[in-house]
Amino acid sequence: MTANLPLVILVGIMVAAGVTLVLERSLTRILIGFVLIGNGISVLYLVISGPAGTAPIVGLSDEPMSDPLPQAMVLTAIVITLGVTSFGLALAYRAWQLTGHDDVQDDVEDDLIRRRAEQDETSVTFDGADAALPDEDGSDEGPHPAIGIDEPETTVPDAIADAEQGTP
Amino acid sequence: MNQIVLLPVILPLLGAGLCLVFGRSAFAQRIISIAVLALVVTVSAILLVRADQHGPQTVNVGGWPADIGISLVADRLSALMLLVSTIVTLCVLLYSFGQGIVEFGRDAPLSVFHPTFLVLSAGVSNAFLSADLFNLFVGFEILLVSSYVLITLGGTGARVRSGTIYIVVSLISSAVFLIAIACVYAATGTVNLAALSGRIAELPPEIANLLQLLLLTTFCIKAAVFPLSAWLPDSYPTAPAPVTAVFAGLLTKVGIYAIIRTQTLLFPDNDLRTLLLWAAVFTMVVGILGAVAQSDIKRILSFTLVSHIGYMLFGVAIGSTAGLSGAIFYIAHHITVQTTLFLVAGLIEYRSSTTNLDKLGGLARAAPMLSVMFFVPAMNLAGIPPFSGFLGKLALVQAGVADDRWLSYVGVAGAIITSLLTLYAIAKVWNRAFWQPAEDAEELGHDSHGGSMHGRSGVSTKTDRTSSWKTSEQQRLPLGMVLPTLLLVGLSVGLTVVAGPLLDFTTRAAEELQGRSSYIVAVLGGGG
Repeated sequence: MTANLPLVILVGIMVAAGVTLVLERSLTRILIGFVLIGNGISVLYLVISGPAGTAPIVGLSDEPMSDPLPQAMVLTAIVITLGVTSFGLALAYRAWQLTGHDDVQDDVEDDLIRRRAEQDETSVTFDGADAALPDEDGSDEGPHPAIGIDEPETTVPDAIADAEQGTP
Repeated sequence: MNQIVLLPVILPLLGAGLCLVFGRSAFAQRIISIAVLALVVTVSAILLVRADQHGPQTVNVGGWPADIGISLVADRLSALMLLVSTIVTLCVLLYSFGQGIVEFGRDAPLSVFHPTFLVLSAGVSNAFLSADLFNLFVGFEILLVSSYVLITLGGTGARVRSGTIYIVVSLISSAVFLIAIACVYAATGTVNLAALSGRIAELPPEIANLLQLLLLTTFCIKAAVFPLSAWLPDSYPTAPAPVTAVFAGLLTKVGIYAIIRTQTLLFPDNDLRTLLLWAAVFTMVVGILGAVAQSDIKRILSFTLVSHIGYMLFGVAIGSTAGLSGAIFYIAHHITVQTTLFLVAGLIEYRSSTTNLDKLGGLARAAPMLSVMFFVPAMNLAGIPPFSGFLGKLALVQAGVADDRWLSYVGVAGAIITSLLTLYAIAKVWNRAFWQPAEDAEELGHDSHGGSMHGRSGVSTKTDRTSSWKTSEQQRLPLGMVLPTLLLVGLSVGLTVVAGPLLDFTTRAAEELQGRSSYIVAVLGGGG
């Protein structure tokens, strides 16, 4: 099988642009990126179906006919992309209703670690003796200021609860 | 007679349509859903017996020959997966009636849950039965799209947040799958699995490797294999208990099933076994370390789910008959046990309005029944003899030792460490939620109580129960939720009782997978 080079390059460009968009924060852009990837893949199916021929109906003509199977597959893929995209748009709208934006929010664990960092709080299992060692440049200011086991600990469910109340 | 292979796909879809017609009557929807799933369980049992006695059962949809049309095949592996998954689905459905999941909030339309659940079941069946790569993709899409709806059910903030991540990751995996199918078709000119098994062997090895890697990447995202597993523990725990339970039981296992099917049928002697073994070891160990660090029952269970996927992958990576047989046995065991544990977590949440270990306590005294229901599957998961978890792990470890390469011994060590750490994580849940006196828990969690947990699940949105112990002590568990859970606990214990015959069966299934010829003959030679 000989592949159609311009089409292959087109697929590459579309998928690359799509991947760039999917890496964005906003769900709407992710969806546009996904649509681009989906369309790129549809073009890929054009590539694999080989050179164009006559309509794939047996007995219509003696010319070589197009391969119907990739067409059937790509139709299915297009329909699925359509359905999923509309669901994604509804989801983005719902996220906008709830929070005023449609950014994909952080993992709960990430959120937790960031809060700990903001409070300058270490894990309860943190060994204070390690922090007391002098730094490499010799600025030994004594033990780390906040080895606060008494401070209220932020727990994962709290972070989940906050995410629920819409605090970004 | 072979036409019954179609039923596990068609019946739930018909049921979903009927449910939509009777969208206004919850009662009619329940009757339809139960009837449909009960029928599918029966059909799957018949298929299992027939596949075991007469070889793979094939049907060519629409009567087209196999290399043009779509074939559905039920061999031993498919039939076993189908039976276990439909039984579990039925139990979860019953549980959801008990919980009144459809009640959660006026926001969620009453009519959505049952049709979506049935469509999910149809998608899972289609993926298990498909003998065609593209139809497998369609099966995946059916179950994924319905899982999108289920995971964002009710549209609360937390569910939209976790659902978004889940959906984006699934979309990417679907895109990779489509590219993989395009490459397979371009290289071989067919997407029929049986025809592919011959044609891929004729390809140059580097192209075959590329195809294998593309397919493996897709299935590893779906099965949550490390390093492609980060999405799972974040997205599963926020969904309502029955939804999480059925996801945990089925969705990742469909990915593992696809890995087993493609590895054995398309790439029987592959160079990627080493890679798979490493992936298995890391999935086991990294997953369970995540579970150890958590303080919420649902999140702990999600991490154990990721971790135990590693066991199944380990069996596949060993590739011997014993390894495959152990992996198949482990899937059957893990579907039931993991689903049961998530249902029990749902019961704990119903009773105490939280699954946070810092706020739970004294459940062993307050709810002895619940404790037993947690204890039995939990010990089963950790692999305490004589439960099926122990037998499955034993089979895998034996297969690993018999393989006798240093990497297999690494895998065996990883499996044993993971088993111990699972026991540790489970014991932590047991000690803190069940044995720790309730007073301690109240002190620990008192300041942060105040309703912050409301809205996390369907159950806690519908009432304004306070989470303090005095009131929740009067909280009785509804029988409709307890009975299905008990049924599943019984089923997981029952797997232990029938472990001998079941292991014989999985060994036959593994031999059939490795023989390949019966599957290929059934698809390409027979049918109609």
